[in-house]
Amino acid sequence: MASVVLEAVRKVYAGGVEAVKGLSLTIPNGSFTVLLGPSGCGKSTLLRMIAGLEEISGGTVTIGSKKVNDVEPSDRDIAMVFQNYALYPHMSVYDNMAYGLRNRGTAKEEIERRVAEAARMLAIEPYLQRKPRALSGGQRQRVAMGRAIVREPAAFLFDEPLSNLDAKLRVQMRLEIRKLHNRLKATSIFVTHDQVEAMTLADQVVVMNSGKIEQTGTPLEIYRRPASIFVATFIGSPAMNLFPGTIEAPGKVRLADGTSFAYDANVFDAKIGAKVEIGLRPEDAKAGTAVPGRPKLAWEVTEELGATRLLHGTLAGSSFVLAMPADIDTPAHEIALETTPGTIHIFDPESGRSLRRA
Amino acid sequence: MVERQTLFARIVPHVVLIIGVCIVAFPVYLALLASTYDAATVQNGRMTLLPGNQMIENYERIIFSGTNSTTREPVGTMLLNSFIMAMVIALGKISISLISAYAIVFFRFPFRMAAFWLIFVTLMLPVEVRIYPTYKIVADLQLLDTYTGLTLPLIASATATLLFRQFFMTVPEELVEASKIDGAGPYKFFKDTLLPLSVTTMAALFVIQFIYGWNQYLWPLLITTRDNMQTIVIGIKKMIVTSDALTEWQLAMATAVLALLPPVVVVVLMQKLFVKGLVETEK
Amino acid sequence: MERRALFGGKTLPYMLLLPQFAIVVVFFYFPAGQAVWQSLLMEDAFGISTEFVWFENYQLLAVNPEYYKTMTTTAVFSFLVAFLSLSCGLLLAVMADKQIKGATIYKTMLIWPYAVAPAVAGVLWLFMFQPSLGMLAKMLRSWGIDWNPLLNGNHAMILVVLAATWKQISYNFLFFLAGLAAIPKSVIEAAAIDGAKPMRRFWTIIFPLLSPTAFFLLVINIVYVFFDTFGIIDSVTGGGPAGNTITMVYKVYQDGKSGANLGSSAAQSVVLMVIVIALTAVQFKFIERKVQY
Repeated sequence: MASVVLEAVRKVYAGGVEAVKGLSLTIPNGSFTVLLGPSGCGKSTLLRMIAGLEEISGGTVTIGSKKVNDVEPSDRDIAMVFQNYALYPHMSVYDNMAYGLRNRGTAKEEIERRVAEAARMLAIEPYLQRKPRALSGGQRQRVAMGRAIVREPAAFLFDEPLSNLDAKLRVQMRLEIRKLHNRLKATSIFVTHDQVEAMTLADQVVVMNSGKIEQTGTPLEIYRRPASIFVATFIGSPAMNLFPGTIEAPGKVRLADGTSFAYDANVFDAKIGAKVEIGLRPEDAKAGTAVPGRPKLAWEVTEELGATRLLHGTLAGSSFVLAMPADIDTPAHEIALETTPGTIHIFDPESGRSLRRA
Repeated sequence: MVERQTLFARIVPHVVLIIGVCIVAFPVYLALLASTYDAATVQNGRMTLLPGNQMIENYERIIFSGTNSTTREPVGTMLLNSFIMAMVIALGKISISLISAYAIVFFRFPFRMAAFWLIFVTLMLPVEVRIYPTYKIVADLQLLDTYTGLTLPLIASATATLLFRQFFMTVPEELVEASKIDGAGPYKFFKDTLLPLSVTTMAALFVIQFIYGWNQYLWPLLITTRDNMQTIVIGIKKMIVTSDALTEWQLAMATAVLALLPPVVVVVLMQKLFVKGLVETEK
Repeated sequence: MERRALFGGKTLPYMLLLPQFAIVVVFFYFPAGQAVWQSLLMEDAFGISTEFVWFENYQLLAVNPEYYKTMTTTAVFSFLVAFLSLSCGLLLAVMADKQIKGATIYKTMLIWPYAVAPAVAGVLWLFMFQPSLGMLAKMLRSWGIDWNPLLNGNHAMILVVLAATWKQISYNFLFFLAGLAAIPKSVIEAAAIDGAKPMRRFWTIIFPLLSPTAFFLLVINIVYVFFDTFGIIDSVTGGGPAGNTITMVYKVYQDGKSGANLGSSAAQSVVLMVIVIALTAVQFKFIERKVQY
């Protein structure tokens, strides 16, 4: 078990494309860290650099106390679960799991013990003599995990391991991975583009965008205190509403139509008269009484989601989604929005960063 | 990248591949060289690894007048014969296999499977296992020393039929249904839909079958007796009298170069189609 | 696979099949049947009368030491060519599969010999090793090797093996390259992370995963040596010296050409037919298995 520390890590491909742009990150010993971002953001490249499958163009990668930039993947003491599982098709499940140990000269009895234990943990004991092609997707996934577990590595690396499973199985495997982590307490780095996976699995979420880290934090921090417009819109479904505004007075931000919201001036540091981007999650507003100066949502379409109902419309000229409990009757076509100051987010429209005080 | 690449590890593949390329190219290079020297230099083995100065003379001689002693036919005629044979075989195989496969895949009729097997089993009857009886039939039909005799028996093709069949099976059924709704009968569907879709497959097959036709040896050896009917691949063999000093090696090598050039050019220029054809006909 | 969408027409499908059928029946089935029939007949010494002799031609073959010699020659020839061309093809494919500069150029430069006619390939190699003027023959002689494929049966065999191998490498190279490309990159990466060094990775992962390709190529190579090398033998050695390079196919040709022993030639054809059928069956059995893999 070990921590993984990245310092100013860069990846530049032969064509000059910079996939990872000087990025520093500490993954504490025993933590479950999820690298989250849209495709092409560099998260997989970063993971492959930690694994040793991609050359590191700049900066250092340290696993435990050892700098591993020039260490072979096999000598980095890591195990990886691939998106397509990458099981050895010509070997039985047992041999798949034993292969890495045999390569390292582990004693036969020890191999047997570890494989048996991992197989029991993952409930794949009945399939040990089968070839991968005779297994279902979920079973292959377990074997891939088993292959990593038996190695007892310093860190587990997961490269979108759930994306090839159907929706139901994905939810189930997600839970199992979390349970497994609670039990093994092994340092894990998990790459995904699925925010739900990130929120449910992670101790620490690292949101990446075009080769850089947008924000690092616990799932709740990322959700409640997004550091940028990118993070704010990437996390949460439906996405956070954004619309332009101007700071009128400390704690008061005016919309395009002259109405205004109250925000917490102790949290956000914005100059009076500054143009800002206002963020408000669909679930953070509700229909209130019409008071002069209170912003009004003119909605056009509703979507029933069962427990909640979504109202799509416009607010001061910008499109806006409101989520409300489904058991409340849908109000008239204009709704005065009631919010609390703590739910209003203020961003700098130029840099896209949150104006939250440090 | 899986390994940290040392300089040594980077160089090894290049070294191995360059050696491979050289070994592969050397015999042809030597033939090219020989075709640029005069008879005496080649005959006495005094050739060097640099070209001589008789290239134009040698090629002119061989193409327009042939060798002195062995086969006196100009290679120009042989090239023409080879070209006609290769083209007729390639186009013939493609045409008859295309329509056979069309019948088998898009129609239902009694003995359909029997028809399929009848074609399929010919895979196991290469010309080498029925040399003389086939020769006798061609002789009885008065087809010796004719282009028909040279090509017709080789035009049947189980591989091509199987390949087209395989390709046709991937054509979505909805396409047939849509054509029917649009009022197309079997002829219109074939001409307007299936044929345009098959162009790549046909082209790939053409490359393979052209080479196959050009390189035929045993069959033309049996069927052609007159010098003016022989193909270049047969002609070159006849120029070489294994143990005899009569062989005009510089001319034989010029002929070899001319014999291998057309199919090699086809492969190099149409590499993608060639690879596709090769890989798919073997499935 | 059964299709729903079809065309009708009672005679049209038969018309479409007619050209192929006509050729197949006249030039394939009829002669093949003739070969079988002839193998059961024997002519007398003057070719005047023919007698139905059941399997006597086969019995004579079975006790004919010359025929066994051609079988051995064919086996040795097949083994050497298959072994050499498969190993070279594999080596080159593994090297070209690495992500190196100019991989496509190497590929082009390695595949063209496929297009060279066997007879022409034979002539090219004969020219290099012709004892009196061949450049490489002279080199061998200068090293004190009494090289003469025109007189020495082993030398002749080496020469035809080299020519046949040279032509076949490109084919094996291409198929091994396709086989390598079909191995998922992540499987190799998984093995690297699992601590397998390059050599061990090759023998425990890549090679087993290539073995279906290798087996398929083995069958194809044997078929190639059996039938397509006729042109090489005929142009390089003509079966000599002293019948040392007569393969089974070449013997059918020779025996029939002299016209003296059509019954035996036909019987040999039938033996070859059985071999082709067996090889084709093995090949298709294999394809079935590959589909499951």
